[in-house]
Amino acid sequence: MLTFIARRLGLMLLTAFVLTFVVFFLTNLPPNLEKLARSEGSVRMTDESVAAWIEQNGHGGSVFARYGQWLGVVPGWTRTDDKGVTRGRCIQPRQDPAEAARFCGILQGDWGFSTFFKKDVLPSLSEKLAATGWLMMWVMIVMVPTALVIGVVSGMREGSRTDRVLSTFSIASTATPEYVSGVILVALFASPVTGLSPMLAEWGWIDGRTLFQGAASPDRITFWSFTLPVLTIALYGIGYIARMTRASMTEVMTAQYIRTARLKGVSFGQVVVRHALRNALIAPFTVIMLQFPWLLNGVVIVETLFNYKGFGWTLVQAAGNNDINLLLGCSVVAVFVVLVTQLISDIGYVFLNPRIRLS
Amino acid sequence: MDELLSWGAILGRVAVQFLPVWIALVVTYAVSITFKRRLGLYGKLFDSPVGMIGFGIVMFWVFTALFADQVITHDPLAQFSGMKNKVPGTPLANSPEGQYGWFLFGGDHLARDVFSRMVMGARSVLSIAPAATAFAFMVGITLGVPAGYFGGRLDTSLSFIANLVLAFPVILLFYLLVTPEIRLTGIPVVLAAVLFIFPIIFLTILFNARYFTDPKKRNLYVGIVLVLGFWAYSGLAFNMDPLGVWSMDPNLLNVFVSVVFVNSPTVFRIVRGIVMDLKARDYVAAGQTRGEGPWYIMLWEILPNARGPLIVDFCLRIGYTTILLGTLGFFGLGVAPDSPDWGSTIDDGRKTLSLFPHAAVVPALALMSLVLGLNLLADGLREESLRD
Repeated sequence: MLTFIARRLGLMLLTAFVLTFVVFFLTNLPPNLEKLARSEGSVRMTDESVAAWIEQNGHGGSVFARYGQWLGVVPGWTRTDDKGVTRGRCIQPRQDPAEAARFCGILQGDWGFSTFFKKDVLPSLSEKLAATGWLMMWVMIVMVPTALVIGVVSGMREGSRTDRVLSTFSIASTATPEYVSGVILVALFASPVTGLSPMLAEWGWIDGRTLFQGAASPDRITFWSFTLPVLTIALYGIGYIARMTRASMTEVMTAQYIRTARLKGVSFGQVVVRHALRNALIAPFTVIMLQFPWLLNGVVIVETLFNYKGFGWTLVQAAGNNDINLLLGCSVVAVFVVLVTQLISDIGYVFLNPRIRLS
Repeated sequence: MDELLSWGAILGRVAVQFLPVWIALVVTYAVSITFKRRLGLYGKLFDSPVGMIGFGIVMFWVFTALFADQVITHDPLAQFSGMKNKVPGTPLANSPEGQYGWFLFGGDHLARDVFSRMVMGARSVLSIAPAATAFAFMVGITLGVPAGYFGGRLDTSLSFIANLVLAFPVILLFYLLVTPEIRLTGIPVVLAAVLFIFPIIFLTILFNARYFTDPKKRNLYVGIVLVLGFWAYSGLAFNMDPLGVWSMDPNLLNVFVSVVFVNSPTVFRIVRGIVMDLKARDYVAAGQTRGEGPWYIMLWEILPNARGPLIVDFCLRIGYTTILLGTLGFFGLGVAPDSPDWGSTIDDGRKTLSLFPHAAVVPALALMSLVLGLNLLADGLREESLRD
């Protein structure tokens, strides 16, 4: 078991290095740096001064060296200009160059300065991540039980009417990406001119003009503002998890030991709850863990759609405003989330499934 | 001609606009159901109601894309004065002679016809999604079959690369890969050069494995593949077709390549899994005993037996590619600003969503129905292919 975890961890670290390098390479392409130079320096810079700016601000040289500096395994660059002022990656403004640290990368906790937020990446990112955390928590609370119940109920009697109805619902929900369901939900529930809201307002059942709100904010989490974003993300995932649960449930229900239990005279409800459920939920566990990367997509779309200032919104702003450090920070977080959930899913699968034995 | 159409009248007029599509659908169904016993898996589809509904929806959009020029009522890019954000069924203000009199599904925030844009969107989506999926399948099959068959170090390294790509959140990858800046560096062209070579490799190996005992036939088939393949390759990947037949807009190439790139690792994993399962079968052992080459066994014995799950996944994956293209459009990545594709129309429409929802809801429903149709079709195919 330990060697298994160790090997997985090693592979994960290697993956993390390669992925962050790819992101670093793609965000630090020469055209991106030129754009950065023009936005930080001046728009009317000549090509020569752009090249000079890039060189003076430590963006020149080989991409491997810059990646090393960003990571914190290569000493940060320092440069002394004609006036004798020394500047460098690790030197704060008005700091004595001699006192500055040699290494300053993400390993040292220095994630760089965000040109979009005008402050350090780490604090702004953790603030946004907390906001997204709340959203994700509610998504999980809604999505996982709903999906499991749908999957188990439709899988326990394969081919029944309930199964057909629920399966159609799952197929429909996997066919509806977040940007479609979000738009439809807003049109139905959060528009003062169409859907339910005008009717309800006319009858005097709701105080405002709309039933739910079409925008959400991390500062005020209420039922009325959170329902639509949470539903939007959850809907897409529910269908997928429910189908996986159904598949695993139908497989378990045809197993020998279920028939034995039935023949012994155990009631159907008891068989489902006592015998089938535990074994049927092993596969969905992996699926739920592997859903996290997908949820990340959903988060980006929903936060853009509902203007919720969280992690996904930050990623879009960072990419749109060519904020290289912020985008790199977002990528590190995203890659980390994906790899850790993969690891948990692998290890959890081994723990849950007694049939798998690792030497 | 001057009053707002009722919902019934709108639907009636929309149905009339789709007339060529209905005719084509009726013909397709009549022909297919008559000859369904002779059409193999495709014919069996018409035994399953789910599959038939799914196929109907998919073909509806395919025919819409084909007959888009007859179906649309107005130029999808033109702006009409006084039609900004008008509700569905609004008569066209001071319309000239010969112009269709109404905006059936209303006008968007730039006073363009939502209905015509939706119809044209079907064309732009359906001209990319199936092709991109097919390329992803070529890449996935060409790499997945040997990885599953040979295993060992080849499998380990290819799987590692596939997992690398899969570990990227899709949106992050799109934001990195589909930008105007990256087009300047030529990375999309490099990616295209790598990805587009796979169909040529696949077909060459396919024909060589089958006909290498008959050099005359082999030279003919492989020659045709190489000549046609590299002709298309030079045009599509490098935009340097000497005859100017094959070409791809750099914007489109960027989108296309990224979508193929995102899809192929998943296909690779599926193919590899199936092949690992199938290579333990007796007929593979029999082939090996007969002294057949590994490539012949892989491509002419294992692959045809893997077609069931692959066809099902192909349908599902076209739907998924449609969703990905919509996502790209939704974030305004790699599409022309006035493009009528569904993703960017939804993005345009969402800015006025709470007051004029029709501009976003119409393409949203269109996209959803296409993907739903593909999923139902896949479900029907799965049911029918499992039956035999």
